[in-house]
Amino acid sequence: MSAAPQLAQAPLACSEECLMRPGNTNCGGCGMSVGLTFLSRALKETGQTCQLVIPACCGIVTAGGYPTTGYSVPVLASTFASAAAFAAGAAAVRDLNGESHHVICWAGDGGTYDIGMATISAAAERNDNILYICYDNEIYGNTGGQRSSATPIGARTTTTPSGKIEGKKDIMAIMAAHRIPYAATLSIAHPDDFTRKMKTALAMTGFRFLLIHSPCPTGWKSEPGESIELVRLAVDAGLFPVYEVFDGWRYRINVRPRGGDVREYYRRQNRFPADAIDFDAVRAEIDRHNERLARLAQVFPAAE
Amino acid sequence: MTLELVTGNHAAGYALAAAGEANRFARGAACGIYPITPQTEIVEYVAKFPFSKGRVIAVESEHSAMGVSIGAAMAGARAFTASSSNGLAYMTENIMVAGFYRLPIVLAAVNRTLGPPWNIWADQGDTLYLRDFPCIQLYCETNQEVLDSTLLAFRLAEDRRILLPVMVIMDAFILSHTQTETDLPEQALVDEFLPPLSLPHRLNFDHPATIGGLTWPRETLSQRVEIDEAFERVPAAYEEHRAEFRRLLGRDPGGAISAEATEDAETVLVASGTIASTAREAVRQRRRRGERIGFVKMKMFRPFPGEALLQACPNARKFGVLDRDYAAGLGGVWWHDLRAALQGRRDGAIVQGYLTGVCGGDVTPDMIDEVIDDLLERRSAGKPVWKGIDR
Ligand SMILES: Cc1ncc(C[n+]2csc(CCOP(=O)(O)OP(=O)(O)O)c2C)c(N)n1
Ligand code: SF4
Repeated sequence: MSAAPQLAQAPLACSEECLMRPGNTNCGGCGMSVGLTFLSRALKETGQTCQLVIPACCGIVTAGGYPTTGYSVPVLASTFASAAAFAAGAAAVRDLNGESHHVICWAGDGGTYDIGMATISAAAERNDNILYICYDNEIYGNTGGQRSSATPIGARTTTTPSGKIEGKKDIMAIMAAHRIPYAATLSIAHPDDFTRKMKTALAMTGFRFLLIHSPCPTGWKSEPGESIELVRLAVDAGLFPVYEVFDGWRYRINVRPRGGDVREYYRRQNRFPADAIDFDAVRAEIDRHNERLARLAQVFPAAE
Repeated sequence: MTLELVTGNHAAGYALAAAGEANRFARGAACGIYPITPQTEIVEYVAKFPFSKGRVIAVESEHSAMGVSIGAAMAGARAFTASSSNGLAYMTENIMVAGFYRLPIVLAAVNRTLGPPWNIWADQGDTLYLRDFPCIQLYCETNQEVLDSTLLAFRLAEDRRILLPVMVIMDAFILSHTQTETDLPEQALVDEFLPPLSLPHRLNFDHPATIGGLTWPRETLSQRVEIDEAFERVPAAYEEHRAEFRRLLGRDPGGAISAEATEDAETVLVASGTIASTAREAVRQRRRRGERIGFVKMKMFRPFPGEALLQACPNARKFGVLDRDYAAGLGGVWWHDLRAALQGRRDGAIVQGYLTGVCGGDVTPDMIDEVIDDLLERRSAGKPVWKGIDR
């Protein structure tokens, strides 16, 4: 711990300080921590503030133990499946009272791709006025590293001890299919693009969905110091396409893959058993996915 | 006073909406809603209501319906919802949260048999199974009682000494779909009875706490102890709000229990919900024949008004409890709780359980007569007696 946790009583406006205070217990090299600091920056630069709704996940542990709080804004912990529903209620009351703060869900992939799917789908379909951010570490971190439907093929987790057989769910396609005003993928290796898209989302109303590729050294069995490098490799290789979708059909690719070697990304994470990955198949899948996105962006480009 | 012919569902919907509307000068009203027979007309009523400052969000599940209401309540709005049966089971995780977060949410519940098999008829098992949650439970006998109890529920729930969700409960169809003359109070009167809600622990930028994060055993224990203390305060607070209701609306919404002819009674029949009407009448007829039997209607189930019951029945040595519910391997839940309340307080008392109308069967005067005959003849209590089944 770098500093003693501050007491909940300390009044802090989000614009004056990072959302995430010093003294939290996040693992070193956690992508979620970086994501929170970028979110803080976007809020600060736009002079806005927020309330957070956080389901069961590492993000709620970040808050620390009662009565301290690791966050500088009000946080409502929700049940695992309910972040979008709790947020919809809080946002409705905010709007009824003419208040301007954001209501932001900050959730892991388990709470988003899996148990929260129906709740999120419903909030998106209603176009509830909330910003939903999923930090996707591709694993259930909080419970010690089990598979989720965001876990990529081949990855070992405690419930896929010989590597996951199924591929990763394409949550962006699912969210885009809801025709929500904005959906975007964010990489902490591309901070300018990350912050710009955060601000885009903060400037809009309705249901907005942001997906952060969030390195998790604990679950990925990787070096904490390599976290940002790893997600950069994922972008370079086209494994994590960085793009945005407006109204569910207008696409823009933000960072073009540079054709990096995907093997390097796998090699540096011990969650992937050596020699167990069919790289030709992985490459083919990456190419297919990126080509589909590129064509969508070509045929249905986002307005400049 | 304007009497209208309405169903129990209409009465509940009317009261929820009027209570929400009464908060229009504060932070308004908001809720999540989801349909299930036989409560659907309640949420339909609420969805149609032209709130001056309110939002009704039609969601995809009961779990989310309560989730939206929790978010709304945490943001300071007056919040409520309604459900039945498997809907309540599905909502369960978030009902628990409403209690642990000390949110004054009112939940209108229409008792329906849990399934499968799918059975839409009255059975209290769907609400009684929530007995261990921090949630006050009030069972109603008439549509007027549904309306009055719903308004009272908000005042009780929002009382700073209490701050707990309240469930207002009625039998499927017998109340929910049956029209009876009911007084629907004017909005102005509801406004007066329900002052603006100011939730002390609502989400607040001046005090950016994390609500519901990791909490150590000692602190969580204090939360449970505080809940226990709040429950201790319910009977007295309930009586205060009941008196205020009587003063303003000129009607008695009913006590936690209502006893009839119990002062001298050695034998007492206990019932809740609509069975109480039939049972009360059966007991009156026995009284007219000179039998020393009394009757207690239980309205409040949580907290369990054991003390009130004991005081109302100073001479009772024999209790017959009618349960329209069955807890697997146990018997009736009311019976079970009554036995617990009498433990060490009335030595040698016979407390006999009768499972009447379980899964929605009719509870007829004849059935209750059989129960009374059995009870009067008893020299000891036995296993709960199933009624309405030929064996
Ligand atoms: C209804 C319910 N089921 C299971 C859990 C246990 N649980 C808590 S967090 C979690 C996994 C969270 O994974 P994810 O959403 O990916 O977030 P992360 O922990 O990786 O940050 C699980 C299974 C729970 N809290 N509630
Ligand atoms: S387990 Fe992973 S996601 Fe959770 S705090 Fe550690 S690094 Fe972050």
